[in-house]
Amino acid sequence: MSMSAFFIIAVLLLGFLIVFQIAKASEYVAVLKGEKKTFEQNNRINGFLLLAFLILGLVGVYWCNALLKPKILGEAASDHGQKIDQMLYITLIITGIVFVLTQVLLFWFAFKYQYKENRKAFYFPHNNKLELIWTVIPAITLTILVGFGLYYWFKITGDAPKDALVVEITGKQFAWVYRYPGKDNTFGKKYYKNINEAQSNQLGLLWDDPASHDDIVTTEALYIVKGQPVKLVINSRDVVHDVGLSHFRMKMDAVPGTPTTMWFTPLYTTEEMKEKTNNPNFEYEISCDQMCGKGHYSMKGIIKVVSQSDFILWRAKQKPNYVQAFPEKSPSAATPAPAADSTKSAKPAADSAATAKK
Amino acid sequence: MSNEAILHGSEVSTHEAHHDGHGEHHHHETFISKYVFSMDHKMIAKQFLITGIIWAILGGLMSVLFRLQLGFPDATFPWLENILGHWAKGGKIQPEFYYALVTMHGTVLVFFVLTAGLSGTFANFLIPLQIGARDMASPFMNMLSYWFFFMSSVVMVSSLFIQTGPASGGWTSYPPLSALGDASLGSKTGMDLWLISMALFVVSSLLGGLNYISTILNMRTKGMSMTRLPLTIWALFFTAVLGVLSFPVLLSGFILLLFDRHAGTSFYLSDIFLASTQKALPNEGGSAILYQHLFWFLGHPEVYIILLPAMGMVSEVMSTNARKPIFGYMAMVGSIFAITILAFLVWAHHMFVTGLNPFLGSFFVLLTLLIAVPSAIKVFNWLTTLWRGNIRFTPAMLFAIGFVSLFISGGLTGIWLGNSSLDIHLHDTYFVIAHFHIVMGVASFFGMFCGVYHWFPKMYGRYLNNTMGYIHFWITIVGAYLIFWPMHYEGLAGMPRRYLDYSGWASFNQFGGLNHFISIVSMIVFAVQLLFVFNFFYSIFKGRRVKTENPWGSNTLEWTTPIHPGHGNWVGEIPEVHRWAYDYGKDGREFISQTEPISANESEHH
Ligand code: HEM
Ligand SMILES: [Cu+2]
Ligand SMILES: [Cu+2]
Repeated sequence: MSMSAFFIIAVLLLGFLIVFQIAKASEYVAVLKGEKKTFEQNNRINGFLLLAFLILGLVGVYWCNALLKPKILGEAASDHGQKIDQMLYITLIITGIVFVLTQVLLFWFAFKYQYKENRKAFYFPHNNKLELIWTVIPAITLTILVGFGLYYWFKITGDAPKDALVVEITGKQFAWVYRYPGKDNTFGKKYYKNINEAQSNQLGLLWDDPASHDDIVTTEALYIVKGQPVKLVINSRDVVHDVGLSHFRMKMDAVPGTPTTMWFTPLYTTEEMKEKTNNPNFEYEISCDQMCGKGHYSMKGIIKVVSQSDFILWRAKQKPNYVQAFPEKSPSAATPAPAADSTKSAKPAADSAATAKK
Repeated sequence: MSNEAILHGSEVSTHEAHHDGHGEHHHHETFISKYVFSMDHKMIAKQFLITGIIWAILGGLMSVLFRLQLGFPDATFPWLENILGHWAKGGKIQPEFYYALVTMHGTVLVFFVLTAGLSGTFANFLIPLQIGARDMASPFMNMLSYWFFFMSSVVMVSSLFIQTGPASGGWTSYPPLSALGDASLGSKTGMDLWLISMALFVVSSLLGGLNYISTILNMRTKGMSMTRLPLTIWALFFTAVLGVLSFPVLLSGFILLLFDRHAGTSFYLSDIFLASTQKALPNEGGSAILYQHLFWFLGHPEVYIILLPAMGMVSEVMSTNARKPIFGYMAMVGSIFAITILAFLVWAHHMFVTGLNPFLGSFFVLLTLLIAVPSAIKVFNWLTTLWRGNIRFTPAMLFAIGFVSLFISGGLTGIWLGNSSLDIHLHDTYFVIAHFHIVMGVASFFGMFCGVYHWFPKMYGRYLNNTMGYIHFWITIVGAYLIFWPMHYEGLAGMPRRYLDYSGWASFNQFGGLNHFISIVSMIVFAVQLLFVFNFFYSIFKGRRVKTENPWGSNTLEWTTPIHPGHGNWVGEIPEVHRWAYDYGKDGREFISQTEPISANESEHH
């Protein structure tokens, strides 16, 4: 390996030497040929290169798009994501037009008005009308973009629908923890000083609060329901993290001490996405999008979007955190806990089933 | 006018009296007073420039190292271990070190290269020369400004050599990560050194900025009204204003962070349980987001502190080499002014997804997109400046044209990010990396190169080698687009920034080939920058000599000084100014120096 490092350095040095010799020689040639002639020749070459750069550049932009567009994540998998994609296309069209127009003018003017012996530059210090035009047109265009943008922004950041499934997600160095309210549909109180990993209390739930007894805490995956709005209550246990959901086009920071929220409606189950993307290993991934330490790059979570019935089935199988922490205190320590739980209180279960419906 | 006359009068009596005798070398100068603790603005400018170049090489080298990791995540490089020791155990860059590299790269390039290296160089060099002053308002403060920067640099470099490594929480250093040594190795001593270094840097920047402002306001030569100033000076003026008003806020944020680190306060800390120690911290009630407000209150103006000097120099060089007045001088000044004001009112666009109140966010969307209006005005004015010119493609001019191209490309993606609903998806992805490297990083570097190629003859009395200049320009612009353009696509896929390995991610590992490609191009581009550095130092000693005072046929005052101006700049009286800086191509004349009186039969001024 170090051989090849030496090799690279040698090649670099050689390259430098050659470039340097050429550069030096061209200075002598310039003296021989006369400065004016050299200048004119250089100018023509660079003028031509500017035009070539424009043309090849635009072709390159097109080619790059053809090559890489298939690699971005395809259709958005949430309702909000679809709005964001629409907004993205509107913005792409407007900025795309401006991009091509201004780049073409820039390089074309440079090429067209390159130095000519007998050309006289046009003394044109200002023109109020022109300047007014290119103040007003961008202003109007941007107003349109702001209008669309804020329209979507308020839709996306507005209150979650009443029937939304509420799940709490907590970031810690370097993993995600999910909490479901359980049958009573209320999260139990928690306090960070109660966190005790040795005693299976990752989130610091307060066991004095009975509402905490049926809370489900898991690190396996975030289960949500296709077609049902989900509201995430986002927490952090240590530093700032960020719940990044690129397939849903959603993102929100996890800030210690200040819970945040976001909501969206997933449109396709994980299984459906496997078919859509032709990838049997497809998963919705949660990427941490805020620098949080040495494991930031690997802070992954998985979201499983399932049908409503699968969701109920999954939830029924989960042991509440309370039971994990105090297996002996479980009301039916003898029998398997989940079964006991599902029969424990019929009424709240019915409640949460009702909210789970759309 | 009378006010100016008074100011100017007093300046003449104090300042000029100082320079009685007017000889070029009237001071008795020692090596120390000439090259080390110099109070000559031109020498201080060169000190900033050369320190900036050294930092740019280091900062660039860091990016080569972490691009090595990004482009070749599975490879091992045993020679890395030889150089870096345990930071590259088994020839692989360790995560802590990767983050340290990224952090240092960002800090160094944003602050040490593109702030100190750019403003420090050109504000120092050009302000006295272009406004017609013998030196800065306070040459002593000016000297201090450099030496504070130097101390800041020494502290930052020293942090590279400590056991736990330099700061590694990103150039933004958000707490709690940056506040807690137990949360990250880089948040131990490295972070303290980072904060001390940055505090010294703020002092340097304030000393410089106050000096630039007072010099521009008070020390213009006779006839140099504000509206006759070259656009470089306007840009440097507003740059200094931005810095003076926003750096103190950053410093306050840093001081609170130091308190949280060492004095047990809870400005930024609340509800924290650290897995590494299995302990809950006592701090409650702090707000991690407060730091982000304080940081971005500087952070956003900072990006314009980096950009405006480049814009100013590009305007100047473009007009000179198109042999045509800059189009819409007043609109150019007005738009810099508008950018300066708005730069203070948009900081929260970096915080759309922090839980910021969406209603508040909507104001920041509006104000952010408003900035695009003055930006657009500037672009159209540059385009019109080229239109029907008679353009000479000096290397400086090529970099000026390249700057406009990059500013367009990167400015337009700002419109994407400034629209909060799009930012939800794009925030902290490679889209942001592409945006700010194109619009700020590369574009400002282009402005800096443009300035160096253009004013090198004034700095050293020699030319840079043209051929190397052309090679430098073409490889850099092609390379910069090849590196950063495809990153937009990675960002559109949601690929997060600050990851050192994507192979574990089903959503992002399709870009492995692209990352490989980008890394290779970035190494080539880095090598070409070394060619420039070589050209720079070689030409100081061996470059082609400048034979006339005004090699580019420019109007501005610096070209009326001797080829090798001494301390005091002009031999004899400072010239008087009679017109604006942009009478190129007027009445059929190539250029008309600012010192030439308006003649009776000249056509109406602009
Ligand atoms: C048309 C004008 C511009 C708009 C609307 C704009 C908007 C934005 C927005 C909204 C962000 C935050 C993106 C995110 O983190 O999610 C951003 C990031 C950034 N912008 Fe711009 N921008 C503009 C021009 C500029 C210019 C001229 C510069 C520098 C010269 C610049 C430098 C930066 C930098 C450095 C960042 C990233 C900071 C970081 O997170 O590390 N932008 N821009
Ligand atoms: Cu993270
Ligand atoms: Cu900003």
